[in-house]
Amino acid sequence: MPLLELRKISKNFGAIRALDEVDLHIEPGQVLGLMGDNGAGKSTMVKIMAGNFPPTSGSIVLNDQEVHFHRPVEARQKGVEVVYQDLALCDNLTAAANVFLGRELKRRFGPLRILDYSAMFARAGKLFGELKSETRPRDLVRQMSGGQRQAVAIARARLTDSRIVLMDEPTAAISVRQVAEVLDLIRRLRDQNIAVLLISHRMPDVFAVADRVMVMRRGRTVADKNIVDSSPEEVTGLITGAIEAA
Amino acid sequence: MAQDVETQASVAIEDVLQRKEATWWQGLLSSQPFWVTVAVLAIAVTMGFVNSNFLSTGNFFNITRNFSFIAVMAVGMTTVIITGGIDLSVGSILGMVAMVSAVTISNGFPMEVAVAAGILTSLAVGFVNGVLIAYVRLNPFIVTLGMLSIARSLTLVLTGATPVTLRRVGEEADRFRNLLAGDPFGVAMPVWVLIALTAIVAFLLRYSAWGRYVYAIGGNEQAARLNGVPVDQVKVSVYMLSGLTAGFSGLLVLAWAGSALSNFGQTWELRVIASTVIGGANLMGGVGSAYGGVIGAALIEVIRNSLLLAGVNTFWQGTFVGLFILFAVLLERVRSRG
Repeated sequence: MPLLELRKISKNFGAIRALDEVDLHIEPGQVLGLMGDNGAGKSTMVKIMAGNFPPTSGSIVLNDQEVHFHRPVEARQKGVEVVYQDLALCDNLTAAANVFLGRELKRRFGPLRILDYSAMFARAGKLFGELKSETRPRDLVRQMSGGQRQAVAIARARLTDSRIVLMDEPTAAISVRQVAEVLDLIRRLRDQNIAVLLISHRMPDVFAVADRVMVMRRGRTVADKNIVDSSPEEVTGLITGAIEAA
Repeated sequence: MAQDVETQASVAIEDVLQRKEATWWQGLLSSQPFWVTVAVLAIAVTMGFVNSNFLSTGNFFNITRNFSFIAVMAVGMTTVIITGGIDLSVGSILGMVAMVSAVTISNGFPMEVAVAAGILTSLAVGFVNGVLIAYVRLNPFIVTLGMLSIARSLTLVLTGATPVTLRRVGEEADRFRNLLAGDPFGVAMPVWVLIALTAIVAFLLRYSAWGRYVYAIGGNEQAARLNGVPVDQVKVSVYMLSGLTAGFSGLLVLAWAGSALSNFGQTWELRVIASTVIGGANLMGGVGSAYGGVIGAALIEVIRNSLLLAGVNTFWQGTFVGLFILFAVLLERVRSRG
């Protein structure tokens, strides 16, 4: 049974049809690589799943239940976490503060409820440990490497019992060594039975971690197959249109 | 090949070892408010040796009260600046509140009503600023520049530019002045207000979710929004707080002066902003502290007072204050690189 299923999703922006009856499904513990050229509709898909805007038509089914997200927070409450391309981090805050942004832990202080710094540092440290990242909760994000910043964004997605993590181009702007770090993070998520949707331009990354690959072109799905049954050459052909469909 | 791997590994270990956790004193040494405090103390000690009047009780009383009017507003301004905004209307709000309260009390209303009228006026102006900035998405500089003009003009409209005195207008006016211009335990009332306000705002900035959000908005507003931070509400709240602190100053200035003039607080917004910048707030947002704004205001007042006592022509004051502003910004630049 799929964890998340999108059925016949269409999205119009004015006269432009960005998505045309796209189906997508993802199982727990599966990494799905979503590929396509610029303007193929990948980002629109992610934004619909993340609750940034609703689809024009079609339905989203999460755990056998139809859901309607109006705001990103609602998707998050249902266990859909997003790691945004720019990571959505505040450079001036610590790693722990970023992990807990918008859902801070608090403790009683007389009649008040104040931020519980030690609990947040401890919990963030534990999350970084689980991700085998050397990121430290008290460090400012400003001082971090690209890989560490990714770890912060992913730890945020692991804060609650998230079941699916959407990652938008996580390896687009970082060094080779950091790419390996991020791919490891994705494998750890998968090992914890979390579904990962990896949106990427980078063929080697998708073939390194994904179980399945789905290719979009001009708002339509042109292929959806197991990674072992495909090849980078075929996917390239599908993205550019040299191969019509597979 | 094996050697290669080993070299790489040892480099990595050194990397880790060099990145020690920042200790509290490293944090202190890299904090701008700390160095401004050192500067204030150094100037005070030097002046104490040079001129015996400087550390006299009378002068100390003068300095602390004078800078409190600015510093109280700097506390509110700091929260606005941390979110990446600016409030140019505080001087005009001060003038408006002083006038509203003076008019209320001289018309025979009790002191409490006059104070409430002033406070509500300041909150209302801050609310309008905040809504235009957060919900209508207008630029903070432009909105508060407009409000600077509007609030000043309404103050003039209210009385036709005639001063409103609190002297010999009745018991309530005397009660107002005795309370807000008094000196319980030998410390001027504005200083007590400043201490309480700074403590509360510093606490909120550090220990409340609201404070965390104020910094988050200044750091990356879009990220804060995506993570469910109520960005718009928090923005309205900081402009209301800034208005409120300007209101506090308005009441304190009114009590001290004993009458309301329509030009009260004119150009003070610039001194308030200068104080927060000297105290380490970054106009780009994300950085600043309540104490920083206060100590920045203290530094400006100590410089002014020292120059005065040293017999330097008062025309030079602006040059010195300006140089300190530039120096503070340069210091921040150097620190952020290091």
